[in-house]
Amino acid sequence: MSEVIVITSGKGGVGKTTTTANVGTGLAQLNKKVVLIDTDIGLRNLDVVMGLENRIVYNLVDVIEGNCRIKQALIKDKKYPNLALLPSAQTRDKTSVTPEQMKKLTDELREEFDYILLDCPAGIEQGFQNAIAGADRALVVTTPEVSAIRDADRIIGLLEANEIKQTQLIVNRLRMDMVKRGDMMTVEDVCEILAINLIGVVPDDEQIVISTNQGEPLVGSDALAGKAYANICRRIIGEEVPFLDLEKKANVFAKLASLFK
Amino acid sequence: MSLADFFRKKSSGDVAKDRLKFVLVSDRANCSPEVMEKIKNDIIQVISKYMEIDAEGLDIQITQTESETDNGTVPALYANIPIKELHHSTRK
Repeated sequence: MSEVIVITSGKGGVGKTTTTANVGTGLAQLNKKVVLIDTDIGLRNLDVVMGLENRIVYNLVDVIEGNCRIKQALIKDKKYPNLALLPSAQTRDKTSVTPEQMKKLTDELREEFDYILLDCPAGIEQGFQNAIAGADRALVVTTPEVSAIRDADRIIGLLEANEIKQTQLIVNRLRMDMVKRGDMMTVEDVCEILAINLIGVVPDDEQIVISTNQGEPLVGSDALAGKAYANICRRIIGEEVPFLDLEKKANVFAKLASLFK
Repeated sequence: MSLADFFRKKSSGDVAKDRLKFVLVSDRANCSPEVMEKIKNDIIQVISKYMEIDAEGLDIQITQTESETDNGTVPALYANIPIKELHHSTRK
């Protein structure tokens, strides 16, 4: 049975697109048939993060308006033939698509794919309404900062109001060194405040910047963030995976740092 | 945690958590400043029937309080209404 998952956050810049790229690629590594849809019309980004920006011919709005068939607009991933991207339109705006049209599109894609991931735009306006219209499940991305958490709380309320059955939290860009000295909220703090189930914790990792520069998702690599994303994917398909011990890494850093003090 | 840490001021992580808890209570109650102002004016009207209150000093806000029935915290409307003068209606 296929599942439509929306990746959302409310606040911009917390890592929705990076999460979509990595979770999508990670699910493809687990041999699932996956399609990623960039629903941020006017601010297209998932294509560059995936490294597929040079292959775009048609986009989401073309499909909705019937200028092409769905198959023509889907871009096959470089590495994984079972992973596809439906890019957003760069020269249109959010009102080009309605929630009903998005629901119809995701329902059609269900026939072909195991997982349909929707990269939601920031904000709570029409772009958000479009992205959640056909979703069965939501991954809420936040960072351990007051502004991101406040917006995440608002988004969780809206997801509930729109009857999205399953909503899970990803805490992104955690810095264990700051948590240890009390200058960053802990994952437990964030979970307590938002009161939803946690599906993953992704540490702040330079490797993410590097992999994004190269247009190749980090998931599956030995980098800590890559492992964290791989674990999230396994939890999505229903496996029980223990959370990574981020403490160890922090200890190594702390020891290194103390050498230079 | 060392003894020195113990006496130091609250860590910024804890400050963030406490501030968020407060702001989310009023966010979740979905009370806009306009609604709060209306509630405030209505309270002034009602209470003024019985006693003279300091309308300027009246403060209302949504906070959290320990629930009496279960162990969790529940949102509460907190109002601080300073009384200027009680009408001594019983003593004539």
